[in-house]
Amino acid sequence: MAEKSKHLFDNPRNVKRILYLLYISCGILFVLDFIVHRHISHGWEELLGFYSIYGFIGCAGIIFCAKALRYFVKRRPDYYERGDDENKEVHDVVS
Amino acid sequence: MWSAEVPAFLPFFIGALLALVTRGPLRSAMMLATITVSGVHLWLLQGDVVVAFDFLGYEIVPYRVDKLALIFGYVFHLAAFMSVLFALHVRDTMQHVSGLLYAGSAIGAVFAGDLVTLFIFWELLALTSVFLIWAQRTERAYHAGMRYLIIQVLSGVILMAGLIIYHGETGSIAFDYLGITTIGGWLILLAFGIKAAFPLLHTWLTDAYPEATVTGTVFLSAFTTKTAIYTLARGYPGIDILIYIGATMACFPIFYAVIQNDLRKVLSYSLINQLGFMVCGIGIGTTLAINGAVSHAFVHIIYKSLLFMSMGAVLHMTGTIQATKTGGLYKTMPKTTILCIIGAASISAFPLFSGFVAKSLIMAAALKEGHNVIWLILLLASAGVLKHAGIQIPYFAFFAHDHGLRASDPPKNMLFAMTIAAFFCLAIGIYPDMLYRLLPYELNYNPYDLTHVLAQTQLLFFAMLAFVWLNLQKLYPPEVEAVNIDAEWIYRRLFPNLLRRAFAWVWRTDASARQSLHHRLVRLTEHLARIHYPGAKASQLRPTGNMVMWVAILLAVYMWLLLSFIE
Repeated sequence: MAEKSKHLFDNPRNVKRILYLLYISCGILFVLDFIVHRHISHGWEELLGFYSIYGFIGCAGIIFCAKALRYFVKRRPDYYERGDDENKEVHDVVS
Repeated sequence: MWSAEVPAFLPFFIGALLALVTRGPLRSAMMLATITVSGVHLWLLQGDVVVAFDFLGYEIVPYRVDKLALIFGYVFHLAAFMSVLFALHVRDTMQHVSGLLYAGSAIGAVFAGDLVTLFIFWELLALTSVFLIWAQRTERAYHAGMRYLIIQVLSGVILMAGLIIYHGETGSIAFDYLGITTIGGWLILLAFGIKAAFPLLHTWLTDAYPEATVTGTVFLSAFTTKTAIYTLARGYPGIDILIYIGATMACFPIFYAVIQNDLRKVLSYSLINQLGFMVCGIGIGTTLAINGAVSHAFVHIIYKSLLFMSMGAVLHMTGTIQATKTGGLYKTMPKTTILCIIGAASISAFPLFSGFVAKSLIMAAALKEGHNVIWLILLLASAGVLKHAGIQIPYFAFFAHDHGLRASDPPKNMLFAMTIAAFFCLAIGIYPDMLYRLLPYELNYNPYDLTHVLAQTQLLFFAMLAFVWLNLQKLYPPEVEAVNIDAEWIYRRLFPNLLRRAFAWVWRTDASARQSLHHRLVRLTEHLARIHYPGAKASQLRPTGNMVMWVAILLAVYMWLLLSFIE
């Protein structure tokens, strides 16, 4: 209770700093695509920013799909323990 | 005394026996010494070793060392050392003994040169490991362990059937390339597939691993599935179907991992995703791909142990590993946090970490062989790994929402075990040649060329960006306490329900059949009683003459028949 010592991320400014660091890194990485001459083993890699865009869309897509999946597979925590009555599905999905 | 032909599993079994009769620091020292001695023994081996004898006309090869088996032998020793060290503080003879036996069985299995020996260690793997789940000593763990055991033993039975049929078809029990041209080969593949957690056969893993003890899960994560990867690499390299199975395994667990609340369950799904990369590599089957699959198994064992250890440390210190309850622990568990992040960076394959130098081989092999779509899927899976293992695990355990849990870093032995794992994650990442020299095939590959490093870094950083963006937009699915049903629903819900209904129907039909029969019997008795009442039909008196007349008629008919035959 009495613990009041400040920790690294208790200060929102530190969180902001980390995020800015990430934004700047992403910016630099994207720009590097124009500068670095890459040897390419596949046609798709020629598209500018292929890896950046694929990474972003892939990750976001996965999260959205997982959210959708939750709608189908989510059950109450004691679903398997209460093996008795007809399985009323919990649809209080937090969306 | 020292002989190259002493099988590597033997020290483990002797060590397990000694662990039974020793206590305290003596046992700790003895267990670590056993593994070290056995490891040095293996390290000193020069060239291939084959120990074989003839048994009832079959050539049994209990110990066969070649480069493919040897690298698994090394990493199993390392994993055993870390797992035992991590569990040293536990005062539970059952766990120590079964842990050593389990590691020994896995080592026995990878050095098995024939299918019968393999079968024996295959079953031992199941029997020894289940105690690591039961050691939790809760009803939940008991049931989960039982389901685990049944499926594992089933895999053994299928292997047995497969090897008998295979022997009938080919006349050989040698464990080399098996292929799928024979029925026996298919059955053995199925047996391996169960242990390798192929899609729909994977639920024993996600069901049981999160229920095992803190230290037991670390053991479990290393041996069973990687033994299966070894057997697939030995028996089924270059089988096309494995490419597609592997790609499926690399993808579907990601979605499940994202929505799990139990962080050890997240890691279990992530384990299947990692196996997917290896199975895919085995399916591609070129020397580059096999090297990739093997090196991925090698580094995977280390960083997956590290992640399971760090989550185990949290569970050990706080008593929970549910994402809804953890968070903010970086404040009081800084060492564990850093070690966990090293594991997370390794599994995400950041350059300079071990995952990067191994996964690259499989990706390169997929492109080289023209499997473009598979390559795209694996790339997506790579972004997914970062998401569910690289970010989700450390973020929800140590950062995210502070739920007020306060716990210090775990005991020294746990920290030390994690440090060893973290050391290897970085060392292999920085000096990949350390790993590449051990690989079964010659390898000329430099993972650190600018193109490749840039591509991987872009992929990972923009995936992180997506995570941050979704979090800031509050679009990220929140942690909730829930069960997410998977294929285990088939045998935990569908079959029991069907059986219950089938039995209910049988009992109902049976009851109504009995009732109607009973009803008829009652009516029959009533009818009989009615016709026997005084004055009723059956109680009328009949004269004896009637009977005499009927006898005469019968005799006449009889005579007539007899006569017609004589004619």
